[in-house]
Amino acid sequence: MKVTVERAHLLKALNHVHRIVERRNTIPILSNVLLRAEGDDLRLKATDLDIDVAERVPAVISEPGATTVPAHMLYDIVRKLPDGSQVELATRPDGATIDLRSGRSKFSLQMLPESDFPDITAGVFTHKFDILASDLKRLVDRTQFAISTEETRYYLNGIYFHTVEVGGDLRFRAVATDGHRLAQAEFIAPHGAEGMPGVIVPRKTVGEIQKLVEDPEAQVTVELSDSKIRLSFGEVVLTSKLIDGTFPDYGRVIPQGNDKDLIVDRSEFAAAVDRVSTISSERGRAVKLTVGDGRLTLSVTNPDSGSATEELGVEYESEPLDIGFNSRYLLEIAGQLETDTAIFRLADPGSPTLIQDRGRDNALYVLMPMRV
Amino acid sequence: MRALSSQTDRRTSLFRCPACGSPRIVSHPELMDLTVAHVDCDAFYASVEKRDNPQLRDRPVIVGGGGRRGVVSTACYIARIRGVKSAMPMYKALDACPDAVVISPNMAKYSAVGRDIRRLMLELTPLVEPISIDEAFLDLSGTEMLHGAAPALTLARLAAKVETEIGITLSVGLGANKFLAKIASDLDKPRGYAVIGAREARDFLADKSVSLIWGVGKALQSQLAANGITRIGQLQGMDETDLMKRYGAMGKRLAKLSIGEDVRRVSPDRETKSVSAETTFETDIGDLGTLDPILRRLSETVSARLKTAGIGGHTVVLKLKTPDFKTITRNRQLNDPTRLADRIWRTGHQMLSKELEGKRFRLIGIGVTDLCDADLCDPPDLVDEVAAKWAKAESAMDKLRGKFGKDAVNVGMLMKHDRPKT
Repeated sequence: MKVTVERAHLLKALNHVHRIVERRNTIPILSNVLLRAEGDDLRLKATDLDIDVAERVPAVISEPGATTVPAHMLYDIVRKLPDGSQVELATRPDGATIDLRSGRSKFSLQMLPESDFPDITAGVFTHKFDILASDLKRLVDRTQFAISTEETRYYLNGIYFHTVEVGGDLRFRAVATDGHRLAQAEFIAPHGAEGMPGVIVPRKTVGEIQKLVEDPEAQVTVELSDSKIRLSFGEVVLTSKLIDGTFPDYGRVIPQGNDKDLIVDRSEFAAAVDRVSTISSERGRAVKLTVGDGRLTLSVTNPDSGSATEELGVEYESEPLDIGFNSRYLLEIAGQLETDTAIFRLADPGSPTLIQDRGRDNALYVLMPMRV
Repeated sequence: MRALSSQTDRRTSLFRCPACGSPRIVSHPELMDLTVAHVDCDAFYASVEKRDNPQLRDRPVIVGGGGRRGVVSTACYIARIRGVKSAMPMYKALDACPDAVVISPNMAKYSAVGRDIRRLMLELTPLVEPISIDEAFLDLSGTEMLHGAAPALTLARLAAKVETEIGITLSVGLGANKFLAKIASDLDKPRGYAVIGAREARDFLADKSVSLIWGVGKALQSQLAANGITRIGQLQGMDETDLMKRYGAMGKRLAKLSIGEDVRRVSPDRETKSVSAETTFETDIGDLGTLDPILRRLSETVSARLKTAGIGGHTVVLKLKTPDFKTITRNRQLNDPTRLADRIWRTGHQMLSKELEGKRFRLIGIGVTDLCDADLCDPPDLVDEVAAKWAKAESAMDKLRGKFGKDAVNVGMLMKHDRPKT
């Protein structure tokens, strides 16, 4: 294989694919990136056996071929090369070494045979549709924070994408929960999504999707099978295994009958929660919300450090109520809301609370209270 | 110089108590001013056994696990003279003292005796800080009017009362602070009464080994030795900030304690750091089917203790000991703190399953650390209904046990385990 590439092109592609590669690997080939020179492209590909990211870049090919080289090392080398330079990659006849030349720099890297490189992308994808990158990103951004890290409940370690009919419209919906809070976001389902299976996309894949959305106006092609998802962002293609499990019937935990509406100014509320929670310990301390008579008092008591209270003017017309929430969860949800006014639909101090932007129903959050 | 006599012994001696005639006289310039004491029962388990069986009085008695795997919990003073020590493997102890009477520990009895002694202590002051079943710190400051006597005398009366009412001897260390009191209680054991005042502390400590300082374990001792420090006296001359630079927070402690200064108060509610239970097997066990019910039982013990104390823990710790006495510990941090036997056991079970792989163990233990208020434990979960059901079932079981006793209701795996083989 002998190929010449623009440093900028190579760097951009490596930047996308090298992130998949784990820093420590027990299987040596997984530390490598696959390079394949074919036609007018150099194709790059990396995998961790759960996710596969592939990208092609324009290149001048003197001799087609393929090999694998250490991904992080190649990325670091290319990163340090000067702007605007050309990179030449040439394998030696011994089949064990590749030479990288750029300007006056020369590197020799050890290779591993391309035939050993695992391919997880095979399979038949039954559903295919296009969605706007910004729509996809919004779903992921709104729900990602609620993904569980609990290994024992592996089926919660991702975002559940599925379609659901709401008032005659088919919606494409994302849901994530860790048992303490639940986040749901949706938009009108794109053509082709009808009948798609519900899929749980793992946390790491979700993180990669967020990074791969570079142009919000672009279309992302989504392909699905029962066990895999493939997303094409232009020249970059991400294929990921799905979590093999059943997502819980989350619909039952979304409160329907909560009748006490608390309406707050979102940024004012978030800032106040942030202030009073300063004195709570690093985890688990509750912020107590005392509501009644157009007033909300936030308070935190930490026996080790002290206490804090803050009062806010709110809209609230139901009977007074005391309810506690984890301050971090409150802040995270406040950070997801998109408008200036948030509505808390409360029932009682022991039941889940529904939080939404006022006047919008394309995202909702459910939060379990804490004992206070 | 004022003096007191603590006993009622009336043998002849040149130095006698002018009041009662006892030859055991404690005198000390600060005697009537000191208020902090460390009280420690002498060879506690063995003493209880001797009390209950007078025939054992003049024989060496070892309380400890029976069988060849056992270790010595407590040896009476006769056995100690022959070289038996606490925590010694039983076979070694019997090599040293072949005619010893070995008694399996009866913890229920010892705790009952321990509680009786604690009750007598609490009659003297609310400031009793238990360290274990048979020792405690007491702060008697401000009790002079109540008892009509200085703390030194009140403590002597306590020792006499415990001896006559409970039939156990104890040793009293009276000092200017906890550190000195603790050292003092060891000076005159058994049936001792020793005093270390503030003024003599510096000289008293100077030639002692640094290992006497609370918090100086093997590691720090060898670190100090590497820096040429073996005696407390060497620390006395050193600058506190230098010591802190070298040994961190411990440096400050070294500086203060080396000159006999200790600001720790006697506090009745000592902070618990972890709650655990463990058991040693008669023969090594390597299969999950046998270990699991044992782990379940231990988890229930831990859970019961957590519930009684109104706390829970964030991290579950599994402890295993291999046949060659290597201790393996595994931790898992839970998403939410727990106090439930079921959750503790499930977490322990998962860790245990990973460790087995054909290995055998002589001991298993489970516990929780990273403790917190019960309020924060086991919050309701949005999607896990099974957990909520288990939590409910467990609280129902706790209620039944509260009413009808510990074994009123059990999980099935334990019943299978307990059923006699036919």
